[in-house]
Amino acid sequence: MSDSREGLPAQRRWMTVLQKVGTPLVSAALAVLVGSIIIWASGYDAGAAFAALFKGSLGGPKQIGDTILRAIPLIFTGLAVGYGFRAGLFNIGAEGQLFLGGLAAAWLGVVLAGLPWIIVVPIMIIASALAGAAWAFIPAILKARIGAHEVITTMMFTYIGRYLVSWLVIGPLKAPGQIPQTVAIPPEAQLPRIQELFSAGTLEALPFLQLGRAHLGIVVAVLMAVLVWVILKYTTLGYENRAVGFNPWASETAGISVQWTTVKALCISGALAGLAGSVEVMGVHHRLFDQFSSGFGFTGIAVALLAKNHPIGVIPAALLFGALSAGAGTMQFEADVPQKIILIIQALVIFFVAAEEIVLWFVRRRQKEAMSHAG
Amino acid sequence: MPVLELREITKVFPGVIANERVSLELEKGEIVALLGENGAGKTTLMNVVYGLLSADGGEILMDGEPAKIKSPRQAIDHGIGMVHQHFMLVEPLTVTENIVLGREPGRLGVIDFKIARERVIEISQRYGLKIDPDARIEDLSVGMQQRVEILKALFQGARVLILDEPTAVLTPQEVRELFGVVRSLVDEGLSVVFITHKLEEVMAVADRIVVMRDGRVVGETRPEDTDEIGLARMMVGRDVVLRVEKPVSTCGDTVLEVSDLHADDERGLEAVKGVSFSVCGGEVVAVAGVSGNGQTELVDCIVGLRRPTGGTMHLKGKDITHASARSSIEAGVSHIPEDRHRRGLVLEFDLAENLILGDHRTPPYSTRGLLHPKAVTTMARKRIDDYDVRTPSEKVIASNLSGGNQQKLVVAREIGRDPELLVAAQPTRGLDVGAIEFVHRQILDERAEGKAVLLVSLELEEVLSLADRILVMYEGRIVREFTADEADEETLGYYMTGGGGVKLDDDARQAGPIESGGDA
Ligand SMILES: Nc1ncnc2c1ncn2[C@@H]1O[C@H](COP(=O)(O)OP(=O)(O)OP(=O)(O)O)[C@@H](O)[C@H]1O
Ligand SMILES: [Mg+2]
Repeated sequence: MSDSREGLPAQRRWMTVLQKVGTPLVSAALAVLVGSIIIWASGYDAGAAFAALFKGSLGGPKQIGDTILRAIPLIFTGLAVGYGFRAGLFNIGAEGQLFLGGLAAAWLGVVLAGLPWIIVVPIMIIASALAGAAWAFIPAILKARIGAHEVITTMMFTYIGRYLVSWLVIGPLKAPGQIPQTVAIPPEAQLPRIQELFSAGTLEALPFLQLGRAHLGIVVAVLMAVLVWVILKYTTLGYENRAVGFNPWASETAGISVQWTTVKALCISGALAGLAGSVEVMGVHHRLFDQFSSGFGFTGIAVALLAKNHPIGVIPAALLFGALSAGAGTMQFEADVPQKIILIIQALVIFFVAAEEIVLWFVRRRQKEAMSHAG
Repeated sequence: MPVLELREITKVFPGVIANERVSLELEKGEIVALLGENGAGKTTLMNVVYGLLSADGGEILMDGEPAKIKSPRQAIDHGIGMVHQHFMLVEPLTVTENIVLGREPGRLGVIDFKIARERVIEISQRYGLKIDPDARIEDLSVGMQQRVEILKALFQGARVLILDEPTAVLTPQEVRELFGVVRSLVDEGLSVVFITHKLEEVMAVADRIVVMRDGRVVGETRPEDTDEIGLARMMVGRDVVLRVEKPVSTCGDTVLEVSDLHADDERGLEAVKGVSFSVCGGEVVAVAGVSGNGQTELVDCIVGLRRPTGGTMHLKGKDITHASARSSIEAGVSHIPEDRHRRGLVLEFDLAENLILGDHRTPPYSTRGLLHPKAVTTMARKRIDDYDVRTPSEKVIASNLSGGNQQKLVVAREIGRDPELLVAAQPTRGLDVGAIEFVHRQILDERAEGKAVLLVSLELEEVLSLADRILVMYEGRIVREFTADEADEETLGYYMTGGGGVKLDDDARQAGPIESGGDA
């Protein structure tokens, strides 16, 4: 047995990596397949639909930029939901935390007008994270203290958050004019588009940099994914988070406070969702209005599921969902397939991921049975 | 012709050959004891037979006919039943409901509980498995729950019954009853495979003994041809000291001082009713008792997992009455929990991650919130080596270890921490004789180093061989204290079951407001 000590774990690690990456890919492929059948059965040309979908999402640098643009908030919300899951918590209210993050950014961006970029942007980002965390804090305390289920409480807080923002943009924070929205934040409070960072000459020479509306938020998002990965893998915070998620009794026995870990996990999850709100404000809309998020908080659940709660996996998962939504317009325009079909495909992805989870759950239960009988 | 025949079964896991061309025959009416070190492959082999795992090679024959067993369902259809060490009963349901649940509803059509109940009673009478068919599982003792599992297998028509370490959680009395049941099963023509690490049980119950080591069958014998020493040698491949010698101890400073401790159980009933004792450095104090007499709650209080309702506890003079689990670890208390799956391990974590559980906040494993994987790996490899945890690597997930090796992992972590006070609840549960010898030596080493050890064990033999003093706990109180040489199994057993304790029982009722308050 001893001679296999060196070789096999490495091989096994590859196996598990393959397994981890492979199954979501299969789910996504199945979703596309069944999606095509649905498109075809509804009397459309499935081939043309997917060609248009592809063209609209990956057809050129501008389209790729669009995909990135739409993936940015999803990376944050995917990280948010995924981090919660790793502690055994289902933060279904990322949407509300996102609204609070957006609110903090939109407000501070205006209040701090005049200060330089290097000061304003970090303040806005941090403040939005704090706002998201604060919005998750009360559900977290309720969970830790009286055991109120986070699915109910975070959802309730989503409604409160959304209506709060609705009211603010109609009332106290409304910009002059007809439209219910806040005043635009000044340029030094914005996240610039990627192509704005390069000179016209460079863009000419390197056309793949003409990424249209994609903004610097993607860098923040990727850095954050790496940061979350490091936290989970290399810090005691992440270690305790995972321990509690897997086995709260053993965690308690090891002197880990399950309640406090729960509070921290939900607040960090809320902070990540809050960041999604700020990058949308700072990078895309530059102001706050009622509809500034198209359900990113909820799509984040699907992203986290597809990524199997792995922070790095969240990036490709968010890009997939970003691509689907970026290509939807082209699909309608060129293949005459209603955009809503995309919702079906998204739902199918979730369905197949969930189905796989269900299958795995049974497999695992069987394994667990097999295991637990090892006296 | 054998009822069950295994031909050259092979089962490979990544990095481990769990079964290598294992052949086994089981005759009608025979009890075969499957013996072997931790990780020898016993559970794996039986899981293959029961359809929980699929073999990589070999075949299974029932009554001489090749049997395709890909799932427990198919195993049951072939008349194979298995009782696992961790039961799979639905707690709030009754005995009958649980037994019927195992049966595919489609088969019975609409479940007729009345008929089912009759059958349960009929089977239980036939095999001497006395049970109340209407009792709720959660109200039953472990021994009774096991009985339900056996009844369930019989209800499903088992002709071959596999029992994986059935006695690990039983009291000596329950073990005797189980043996009676097993005997009556084989008298009725059933066949039994019995996995255990307890050699005296093997000698008492088996018709034939099959010994496995490193995934292979290494020998076969009969109780009349061997003795416990011989069995141990066959298993481990060397001579094993079944009872370690312990040098006389010198009692140092008092390490743990418990006075008039009171505590409630989960349901709010008083479980610890005024317990006082102390443990000094260099001493092993054992708490003996039938399970459910307050030992669990007592241990939970000491390690900071339960708030006492009265009394005080001091560790080296420091008040730890209201200490949390964390501060208790930091004060130098180690805890081997009785339920390794629930409290001892994070089964989804790898071995290295499990080995720092509780120490993960302290150097060298982490500083300022950052883990140091190198230090963790180095320590993990050392512990795995020192404690002979059988595994290809420290990166293996804990759930992939054999039961006994999981236990070794917990012991390695808790003793390896080098605590001031070691609270060990059933520290050798599920360990093979070689590993028990090793763990006993470790515990005595702690003692020799002047550390204090509080041992809670159902194994009287373990208590007698390790303890300097023995406290007998009954109904939440310490009813007797013995020094090591005063006690023997018989007297301990007498006091553990309430012998001479009737008066105490009355006292408890008189001190009743707390109890009846809990009931309401
Ligand atoms: N699911 C699994 N994945 C990987 N390895 C496994 C798995 N199950 C068992 N093993 C390995 O197979 C070997 C045999 O394990 P098994 O549980 O059969 O031992 P056992 O004889 O029942 O031991 P014990 O007396 O400790 O219960 C062990 O080395 C164990 O680590
Ligand atoms: Mg086993």
